[in-house]
Amino acid sequence: MKATVYVPGDAAALALGADGVAQAIAAEAAVRGIALRLMRNGSRGMVWLEPLVEVATPQGRIAYGPVTVDAVASLFEAGFLSGAAHPLCLGETVQIPWLARQARCVTRRLGVVDPKSLADYIARGGGEGLRKARAMAPAEVVRAITDSGLRGRGGAAFPAGIKWRTVLETAAAQKYVVCNADEGDSGTFSDRMLMEGDPYCLLEGMAIAAHAVGATQGYIYVRSEYPQAIAALEAALAAAGDFLGGFRVDVRKGAGSYVCGEETALLESLEGRRGIVRAKPPLPAVAGLFGRPTLIHNVITLASVPDILAGGAAAYREQGTGRSRGTLPFQLAGNIRRGGLVELPFGHTLRELLYDYGGGSRSGRPLRAVQVGGPLGAYLPEAQFDTPLDYEAFAAIGGGLGHGGIVAFDDTVDMAKQARYAMKFCAVESCGKCTPCRIGSTRGVEVIDRIRAGDAGQITLLEDLCETMVYGSACAMGSMTPIPVLSALRHFPGDFA
Amino acid sequence: MDAILDPILAAWRDRPGALLPVLHAVQDALGHVPAAAVPEIAAALNLSRAEVHGVISYYHHFRQEPPGRHVVRVCCAEACQAVGAEALAEHARTRTAESGVKVEPMYCLGLCACGPAVQVDEAELHAAVTPAKFDALLARLEAGQ
Ligand SMILES: Cc1cc2nc3c(=O)[nH]c(=O)nc-3n(C[C@H](O)[C@H](O)[C@H](O)COP(=O)(O)O)c2cc1C
Ligand code: SF4
Ligand code: FES
Repeated sequence: MKATVYVPGDAAALALGADGVAQAIAAEAAVRGIALRLMRNGSRGMVWLEPLVEVATPQGRIAYGPVTVDAVASLFEAGFLSGAAHPLCLGETVQIPWLARQARCVTRRLGVVDPKSLADYIARGGGEGLRKARAMAPAEVVRAITDSGLRGRGGAAFPAGIKWRTVLETAAAQKYVVCNADEGDSGTFSDRMLMEGDPYCLLEGMAIAAHAVGATQGYIYVRSEYPQAIAALEAALAAAGDFLGGFRVDVRKGAGSYVCGEETALLESLEGRRGIVRAKPPLPAVAGLFGRPTLIHNVITLASVPDILAGGAAAYREQGTGRSRGTLPFQLAGNIRRGGLVELPFGHTLRELLYDYGGGSRSGRPLRAVQVGGPLGAYLPEAQFDTPLDYEAFAAIGGGLGHGGIVAFDDTVDMAKQARYAMKFCAVESCGKCTPCRIGSTRGVEVIDRIRAGDAGQITLLEDLCETMVYGSACAMGSMTPIPVLSALRHFPGDFA
Repeated sequence: MDAILDPILAAWRDRPGALLPVLHAVQDALGHVPAAAVPEIAAALNLSRAEVHGVISYYHHFRQEPPGRHVVRVCCAEACQAVGAEALAEHARTRTAESGVKVEPMYCLGLCACGPAVQVDEAELHAAVTPAKFDALLARLEAGQ
């Protein structure tokens, strides 16, 4: 029988040399006269082990990593095609503690399934949710989503069921399901990994949503920085056959604007205009894309839907804590030794992620600050590392979980500089509609520059400016930029002296 | 230019929200969106020139001038800052000052667990890029490989 070798085609694996490794494996096999099947899977999310090469054996998949081109000949020599020992051998993939201890739910097929094969997706349990949903009345499907306790994974954590019901109950000749795949937050990559590694899961979630709310057209708005994800979605759509039934999905490419991740700016962009935030109301669920009722969700939210239908709302809500039900794929990033994708039920502590999974800083120096939830998220000092990772606990300390990105910094970080960057980012990315956001952030940069130059008297001015931004901004870009700025100031005052 | 523009406009003119896809297609074909293309795009999509121009200038992605022979985008967002992206970007700018390779900052490639991250010509990706790795990459680009 032909040996099957898996070399991830995920963007992070590619960036770490996976294509070269795949070519080297194919070439070495040819030289040795060995026929093998080379599969380009997604990534398991153990980014520090990429390129992580796996081999199918009767004992399960055996992992080797990180594999370099130079190591390929010795892998063949050692007999890796039958899972033999080698210095890079990590044993059975699913037994690697970092992976084994996680609760892989929405990401359970990542790195496992062939992203290009609908048949493989179905063979691994895909399609079950859609099949069940189609046998249910739309209102029953909406009820399942409500009962699951699912909240939006894009940042705002709004209960999904409420949106679904609104779109269902708003009568219109045309409705849309839009997937927000703009993933602009630094430190986040779960949307990208899911689109590249298990695109049919997202498409199935969208098809279920379409059935539930009565939509016939879907759009996936993917940021232009993700060409690999766009290609994976296009390939999956091209090979989808009648999997989606009468529901049509188009992939649209963003154009490098962070604020286009905000749902109404995204809709403007989809309509072909500048990504300026719309006034609310009307809510997109009532009058969204082209003025029609639109269900708009993040990639992970939609990809969570098939399992809720397949396994039942009760099973989904069993995991998690308080009002944060289910799991979240956290993303460990920045200065961290073992970075990657860690899916866990809500309620674990930040410290567990940083040290038990992350292994501390990559530089070997002490971790000093961690930004959770993207560029609009709080900077936390070590004293807050025991905060449980759930929406309410983070709100209580003045931050948010956002899209689950966790960015670690060691003790060389200058927090006044990070605060300046937050203001600068807001100034560059502001859509320009509100003065406090557009002008306030530019002033913020100048004020922080003066503070850094030694003018401590400007700190009150910075605080006032932040207050103006919080109260005078129409969206979270302007109203939440003060969060990283003020948390840096509060927890690391020495850096502003 | 019409040879490029006509089929793009023919494919998109009757589809809703066509402007961004058209601009992407033009830039993918020509490397930028030339000013001369604006009137035709506007006419085909039933928009004013100002509207088309407003969209081109709003989005960081669209270029109005041809780029260099190669564009190297260095991620300068937080997760990459935490592992030395700023020093890398500075190094990259210095090394390419006299070169046909254009260095641009960009904000997150989704490679935040293995930064600093770099993207070449909107396709090729590099992770954990050190100044030495950057020099090797630059040498390869300049040698035309
Ligand atoms: C400035 C800004 C940027 C945003 N960027 C994103 C993004 O990249 N991806 C995303 O899913 N949501 C983003 N959001 C949140 C969306 O506005 C919206 O809440 C989300 O798409 C709803 O989907 P969900 O309910 O599944 O979370 C952003 C919000 C703001 C204010
Ligand atoms: S807060 Fe900023 S980004 Fe949001 S609508 Fe106002 S100006 Fe635009
Ligand atoms: S912050 Fe650099 S790739 Fe995400």
